[in-house]
Amino acid sequence: MDRAFILSSSPHAHGGASSARIMWTVSATLLPAAGWSVWLFGQAALTVLVSTIAFSALFEAGSRFVARRPLTLHDGSAVLTGLLLALTLPPGLPLWICAVGAFVAIVVAKAVFGGLGQNPFNPALTGRVFLLIAFPAPLTSWLVPRGTGEFLFDQPVTAHDAAGNIVSLAAGQVDAVTAATPLGLLAERGAHAVAALGDGLAVFWGQINGSLGETSALLLLLGGVALLALRIITWHIPLSFMATVALLALVTSGVDDAVYVGPVFHLFTGGVMIGAFFMATDYVTSPMHPAGKLIFGAGCGVLTMVIRLWAGYPEGVSFAVLIMNACVPIIDRFTRPRKFGLRGPADARGGR
Amino acid sequence: MRLLTFRGGVKPDDAKARTARAAITPLPAPAEVAVPMSQHIGAPARPCVAAGDEVLLGQVVGEPDGFVSAAVHAPVSGRVGAVEPRPGQLGLPVSCVVIENDGRDRAAEFSGLGQAWSAADPGRIRDLVAAAGLVGMGGAAFPTHVKLSPPPDRPIDAVILNGAECEPYLTADHRIMLERATDVLAGLAIVRRVLGAKRAVVGIEENKPDAIAAMRDAAEDAEIEIAVLAKKYPQGAEKQLIDAVLGREVPAGGLPMDVGCVVQNVGTAAAVADAVIRGRPLFERVVTVTGSPVARPANMLVRVGTPVAAVIEACGGDLAGTAKLVLGGPMMGLAQADTAATVTKGTSGILLLGPAEVDAGPPSPCIRCGRCVTACPIRLVPTEIGNLAVRGLLEDAERIGIMDCIECGSCAFACPSRIPLAQQIRLGKAGILAARRGKGRG
Repeated sequence: MDRAFILSSSPHAHGGASSARIMWTVSATLLPAAGWSVWLFGQAALTVLVSTIAFSALFEAGSRFVARRPLTLHDGSAVLTGLLLALTLPPGLPLWICAVGAFVAIVVAKAVFGGLGQNPFNPALTGRVFLLIAFPAPLTSWLVPRGTGEFLFDQPVTAHDAAGNIVSLAAGQVDAVTAATPLGLLAERGAHAVAALGDGLAVFWGQINGSLGETSALLLLLGGVALLALRIITWHIPLSFMATVALLALVTSGVDDAVYVGPVFHLFTGGVMIGAFFMATDYVTSPMHPAGKLIFGAGCGVLTMVIRLWAGYPEGVSFAVLIMNACVPIIDRFTRPRKFGLRGPADARGGR
Repeated sequence: MRLLTFRGGVKPDDAKARTARAAITPLPAPAEVAVPMSQHIGAPARPCVAAGDEVLLGQVVGEPDGFVSAAVHAPVSGRVGAVEPRPGQLGLPVSCVVIENDGRDRAAEFSGLGQAWSAADPGRIRDLVAAAGLVGMGGAAFPTHVKLSPPPDRPIDAVILNGAECEPYLTADHRIMLERATDVLAGLAIVRRVLGAKRAVVGIEENKPDAIAAMRDAAEDAEIEIAVLAKKYPQGAEKQLIDAVLGREVPAGGLPMDVGCVVQNVGTAAAVADAVIRGRPLFERVVTVTGSPVARPANMLVRVGTPVAAVIEACGGDLAGTAKLVLGGPMMGLAQADTAATVTKGTSGILLLGPAEVDAGPPSPCIRCGRCVTACPIRLVPTEIGNLAVRGLLEDAERIGIMDCIECGSCAFACPSRIPLAQQIRLGKAGILAARRGKGRG
């Protein structure tokens, strides 16, 4: 009797793809945008990034330990969630609020559903939306980026001392300098207030304020293109998401450009770039089939614009993606590919 | 030129360089062969010899038991040692005729039609094919005479020879096309005549340019088309091949004849020429012996019933350095616990994989990336079907197409979480078939 070899069902070969490698690669493609936020906001951004990622990893490890399951940090998903969450937060956010966000994202939105692959909603966005509703003031306090003076896109910037009192920029006791984001200005003061951004270049390069991942459309676009080139994502969701946003901006601004602004502004401000390439394309919470992806992306675009233009919040990407997440099972169900061999008998004999 | 292909599939490293240039080499027949009575799909053959009988090379030792069955012939001359169960390729003992080789290859008399086949009655040709015990040599081993007998309401207008050989590592078909091009095309012409088909096409993957050239040369004035196919797995799966070559989609649950088509493997075609022109039965075949633990990878002409161990030894296979032994190719081949089984008419390869090539790691959760869906040549949703199968929700799995799965393994190959999707789906299919049989009885 010779030795026993491994018995297993075929195939006996594997293509080499790995879920962990996919997660770490997505994280890597976000690093340029994250680095840009650190350049713009300095330590205020770095602290949010590092602490949110660290808390996410901690809560992941803790929840696995409590559930007596193997540690899964190496699969990269908790770190990616932490990074994505951090990019949706404003610079200078207090540490403990970052921790609450990480807890909601990792434990409430993911671990309680059974961990990776089981969560119906995007964990990072769930964390962000919880924070936005629970702590509206800190979540909408926007630091002014490096390189801007007393005015940011024609609006005065506001200086605060450590106690939060508004002080003069020249007073010397300045602890933070804030101003509204482009979308905030649009919601509060109308289209003319963002007219200075009309050519779109500032928002594209990213010399603007906002959440860490709302600043440089260019760097997020590069990351997204890398994901496309590496075939980690397909074009369906980003394209249908952005095309829908652009189309609605074009139509509304065409109808009344005193109230509405055009597509360049809407595409490159707020969370559309990071949302379209990195949030809405999250495998676990988005449709699997091409037709479903197109529907999902278009749905995200419509909801984003409805919220931006007519609802109470200046920005709607997070809500839009989460609402569309809820539709994924039904979208998947109705967009399954037509299986091989269902071509009608009439043309079955056709062909070459 | 645009290469013909199908939608879906995967692109594994073809790993054929080791043996692509190795000419077919006869392996001396071993001292004892154990010839299984079931080497084909359908009813096992009935042994028609007993211990102590003298048999000649090519003499029938197992008679077909019904229409969907195949005759089995002695691969050596000598004395029948026993008719008894011996280890089979599926891990269970199978009924075998064991022959002690006298080493003289005293052959039975073979009489074929010679070149007169072109005027022969199709029925006579079919009988010769059945008498020679021909089965599909691409791996599935379906009795060939059955494929040559479509019902009258299924006219066949095209015959396709499958020279895709899309399984990585295997080069048996490649070498047959190079070294036996004339026989392959003669076999194709014979099949075309039997079926009354107009078109005859040989489909070959682009990674075998020498075989494409050899077949083109041989086909010059035979009204036979050579179709160059993209290198993609499973290009040689019957339905995908027909789709690529003819642009016809075999209906779900249907057969190639439903779209006026019959597919034969190139090795089978060469065997058809042997059977019809020379009257020579099928008792040996080309087997690719390869993999990193094999010192002298080769394409061996092996007598049916030869122990796998003997073939590996002849090629310098290092069993101590082997983690997995596979009969066939890596995508659909059968893993073996040991080397006890014997070579059959359907054994296209003996593949030895070293520890580094099988270190798979444990599966991780499905992240719904959809790679299995993109890979599936039948456009099913493997992750969904596999999940339903594992949970025992077989009716739901059936509703979304589990029975259409061709078990090519592309989904599991592509899965970044290394989920054994093909295995999960096989399990579900087996459960559904078992339930159907139960219902039939009740």
